[in-house]
Amino acid sequence: MKVLVPVKRVIDYNVKVRVKADQTGVDLANVKMSMNPFDEIAVEEAVRLKEKGKVAEVIAVSIGPAQASETLRTALAMGADRGILVKADGEVEPLAVAKILKAIVEAEQPGLVITGKQAIDDDSNQTGQMLAALLGWGQGTFAHKLELAEGSARIEREVDGGLQTVEVKLPAIMTTDLRLNEPRYASLPNIMKAKKKPIAEKTPGDYGVDTTPRLKILKVTEPAKRAAGVKVKSVAELLDKLKNEAGVI
Amino acid sequence: MASLVIAEHNNQTLSDATAKTVTAAAAVSAPVHVLVAGQNCDGVAQAAAKIAGVEKVLLADDALYAKMVAETMETLILSVVDKYDAILAPATSNGKNCLPRVAAKLDVPQISEILKVISPDTFERPIYAGNAIQTVQAPAGKKVITVRTTVFPAAGDGGNAVVEKIATAADPGTAKFAGEALSKSDRPELTSARIVISGGRGLGSGENFKLLDKVADRLHAAVGASRAAVDAGYVPNDYQVGQTGKVVAPDLYIAVGISGAIQHLAGMKDSKVIAAINKDEDAPIFQIADYGLVADLFQALPEMDEELAKRGYGQDKGT
Repeated sequence: MKVLVPVKRVIDYNVKVRVKADQTGVDLANVKMSMNPFDEIAVEEAVRLKEKGKVAEVIAVSIGPAQASETLRTALAMGADRGILVKADGEVEPLAVAKILKAIVEAEQPGLVITGKQAIDDDSNQTGQMLAALLGWGQGTFAHKLELAEGSARIEREVDGGLQTVEVKLPAIMTTDLRLNEPRYASLPNIMKAKKKPIAEKTPGDYGVDTTPRLKILKVTEPAKRAAGVKVKSVAELLDKLKNEAGVI
Repeated sequence: MASLVIAEHNNQTLSDATAKTVTAAAAVSAPVHVLVAGQNCDGVAQAAAKIAGVEKVLLADDALYAKMVAETMETLILSVVDKYDAILAPATSNGKNCLPRVAAKLDVPQISEILKVISPDTFERPIYAGNAIQTVQAPAGKKVITVRTTVFPAAGDGGNAVVEKIATAADPGTAKFAGEALSKSDRPELTSARIVISGGRGLGSGENFKLLDKVADRLHAAVGASRAAVDAGYVPNDYQVGQTGKVVAPDLYIAVGISGAIQHLAGMKDSKVIAAINKDEDAPIFQIADYGLVADLFQALPEMDEELAKRGYGQDKGT
């Protein structure tokens, strides 16, 4: 069985983003970019399945600018076997990503697609579910634990009230949550090896998908700032302030 | 036309996230209809019918919908979608799970976690963990929207909607519910509590969360946690407040032993009043806290418990 893992290049999660003065977006110039953290978890899960002998091949896909090849190299260094780079500049919305992935799934015939539950740039939380719907597949979103069986998978999910388990028929889509695993750091030999692994270059047009955004972004602004408050010296003073000044207890 | 709100409930109780989503829906496209999908959930449908501004409640009562599995919710929503120009769900785990499937089938983009309805086709939504706010305009056609419920007031009571039973839709048979382990708590629910007290890695262990629990019980507060505390296994995942956990906006948020990582602030910075207790005076949490106390939490928490007792805050688990 093959596993397909889509990975997105995003601003590193440690970077504090700055909104551009002209309100057209956030400043991406000279900012550290990394693999979306949830996608790292997806790669890790796929590679672990391969190491356990349950999966024959792990294919990483990235849709983005030419530099997204670096993101693919990271996935390859973690243990993915080959990459597909679908070159697209500018914003590609989740629905367009899902359509491209659907075409790749139809060509590659994976038994499982593992994606991050959301990208930390647009925070949409849509792509995996959209891909599942377009393919007519079952899904296990916000995955906490995966157990593969013959023709099916049990996926334990993080939900608002705790944990829920669903049983999905394979092929299926799984989207990762934080506690699924702890992604490895690629070792230097594996980074070197990854440079020799193949990356196929494609365009959205190869899959017949138009990536023109459907949502019009009118502006991007900074959220209202909170003013820093005061320091108190003791628990008693804190409670006094909360009761008498803020009136919240 | 009209908008359709997907009700959030547990077959017994209608979550107030529903009435909040109704408020957003009314601004997008009135009248508002509510879809209650569940099993033996007639009481939930009756509760939804009483929300002001709701014209009709669609009730799909069947074992198929007992746990709102995304695949069956998709076909159910699509079976009634023709009558609506907007479909909205609260951005709960259920809403996030099923709504993108509906959007994909309708071939329209989904607008996630809206914060404001500027006009029926223009919305504000957070990106980058709320560090930027995007104003987006949807194209003509059906709108599919999830709603960040903490920023919308709940529509009031006083509605008198008709409840109409609707037929079940096809079961795609691709996924089924296979069990759950839900946290049990007598405390208020995290996303609707008036006071939330959260612990971070500074607590050091799950056992030490009992120090927070005591204070929480005196204040009738919900207990939350930072990602670090959940990752360390101190408390279950449903405690997590942050970008990818729960978003809360209580009257009072008390952060204890939480440094204030960007992704945690994303989940609580809209709280009315923020208090922080941390022994590191340079912790970023102090930059957004209204009241900061630089102290060792292992002294401060027992002291707060005693001080609250002295001031007459009883240790009864309240509402």
